[in-house]
Amino acid sequence: MITHRILRALDDKAVWVVSILLLVALAVPFSSLVLPDGHPLHLPNYAVPLFGKYLNYAMLALALDLVWGYCGILSLGHAAFFALGGYAMGMYLMRQIGTRGVYGNPVLPDFMVFLNYKELPWFWYGFDNFWFAALIVVLAPGILAFVFGFLAFRSRVTGVYLSIITQALTYALLLAFFRNDLGFGGNNGLTDFKDILGFNVQATTTRAALFAASAIALSLAVLVCSWIVNSKLGKVMIAIRDAESRARFLGYRVDNVKLFAFVVSAVIAGIAGALYVPQVGIINPGEFDPGNSIEVVIWTAVGGRGTIVGPIIGGLLVNAGKSIFTGLWPDYWLFALGGLFIFVTLFMPKGIVGSLRGLLSTLRLRRESGSPKASGPPGTPLVADAQPSPAE
Amino acid sequence: MEEEDLTGKLKTMLYLNGVSVSFDGFKALNNLSIIVHPNEMLAIIGPNGAGKTTMMDIITGKTRPDDGEVLFDGRTDLTKLDEAAIANLGIGRKFQKPTVFESQTVWDNLEMALKKPRGVFSTLGYVAANDDIERIDHILETIRLSSRKGDLASGLSHGQKQWLEIGMLLAQDPKLLLVDEPVAGMTDAETVETAKLLKDIARTRSVVVVEHDMSFVRELGTRVTCLAEGSVLAEGTLDQVSANPIVIERYLGR
Repeated sequence: MITHRILRALDDKAVWVVSILLLVALAVPFSSLVLPDGHPLHLPNYAVPLFGKYLNYAMLALALDLVWGYCGILSLGHAAFFALGGYAMGMYLMRQIGTRGVYGNPVLPDFMVFLNYKELPWFWYGFDNFWFAALIVVLAPGILAFVFGFLAFRSRVTGVYLSIITQALTYALLLAFFRNDLGFGGNNGLTDFKDILGFNVQATTTRAALFAASAIALSLAVLVCSWIVNSKLGKVMIAIRDAESRARFLGYRVDNVKLFAFVVSAVIAGIAGALYVPQVGIINPGEFDPGNSIEVVIWTAVGGRGTIVGPIIGGLLVNAGKSIFTGLWPDYWLFALGGLFIFVTLFMPKGIVGSLRGLLSTLRLRRESGSPKASGPPGTPLVADAQPSPAE
Repeated sequence: MEEEDLTGKLKTMLYLNGVSVSFDGFKALNNLSIIVHPNEMLAIIGPNGAGKTTMMDIITGKTRPDDGEVLFDGRTDLTKLDEAAIANLGIGRKFQKPTVFESQTVWDNLEMALKKPRGVFSTLGYVAANDDIERIDHILETIRLSSRKGDLASGLSHGQKQWLEIGMLLAQDPKLLLVDEPVAGMTDAETVETAKLLKDIARTRSVVVVEHDMSFVRELGTRVTCLAEGSVLAEGTLDQVSANPIVIERYLGR
């Protein structure tokens, strides 16, 4: 029954995106593992985790879009949830090192030996179990988002003020995680990972599996987001984005709706972060940098907010662009990124996907001009076509 | 135990007694008392700044009064509740400027307004039942937007938006409707239709209409209260009120 409802709630676009992602989840490992080295379609070893990283970023952008594009909450601290999920995974990976660390301590990670820890801090307990780490990957960002959102939304902090306190949130976490005595590896973070679930994180097969896991996680996130935005709750979210007090006078508890979206979004971001860490091999406080969160906003804006496909395309394109650009002209990337954001804001406020969609509907209208405009059937998923209001 | 009802307030739909509120020293409402009975329509007129919108803000929980009683249905104290709770009690509000959800279809606007559980998870799992679809279709017919149901609300004309908003009020199935300047920007024909519609609604619900347009108020043919400087200046039929020398002096002009 539930699956039936979910299937009905999905639109064609989400089905397309999920199909493509699942195809990619098969194709990339196939190319990396099965095709011989000299084959033109064989992916070099470094490319698989790189592409996996892009997918994690795309998932983070999708998470942001759920709150920003659909619910009007411009979070400038979403990388914090990503990093928290990453740290939870990093803690698990640290405990898998065992005696293979530089100091060979069977329980304490290297940095703790170095900092003269005598025993494992209590909050590191349980992280030797994958299931526990996986639980924390979901709970840590989820609970932080719940507490933060509960306080902020109940006090009706909106617009630019909310954006500022989300920046403060991620900055506070950045400073906290930089401290050695917090017990998360300080400045250096967590790195030098060996195994995940008993498999070597460096192995080609593990990397291929992590890539496939990233693609599957992203498709699940697409399903969840698509289900939410196509439901009546999704319509209410858009209503809140466009006219918050009107939604309140209709009897909707705006703070609860926002809180729901915020927590779901934070959990998606956390899972993306958890998949990111074993692929890049490190997590450090730099991930909490406020600049990172702002980059996510740019990916989402470039791809097209208020759409499901947009942030994914934005996350993939901008990051692929970043890899190429920083290889060629490393000093000018930030200028290019800033220029891109200004360009998109001025000339493509709806992003790539929104602009393409606008172009397509203009063409369709031109073709149909003269014929009376047919009205859609009830519940036509026009929700996804909604145009976001200008950024606050 | 039978509650004592000396003032008869238990039988009212809306009961405002001695309500005052001031903003930064400016007294927006000054000892305002208004009563609306079940299935009754009340038209409120008055100059700009008389406190008409502030009164609506207080009834719907947007503003808290400094002083006074605000009761709904004779017993529920509205000053203790927030907007969503008051809306769910059965008080619907139409704003002065038509505020529909522009980026969504006419149908979706009505579906969101439809009287249904408003919780996050019941909204997430909502599937339109046949009754709901019939009800929305019926409202669409009433507000004459059946042919536009799949169009975005942003594409409607000003008058159509006003009607859509009235339709959203109907969908909420409220006991009390607060309607702020429903005919602003409407053509004469639309104004007449709107008056008909509101009179129809007032047969089964209480309606409070705030309006500047005197010919529209005449069309409504109902009890009129004239506000000025935050309190009641005069009450009665439109003829009585507009013949009142103080009303002429302060509002209608000589």
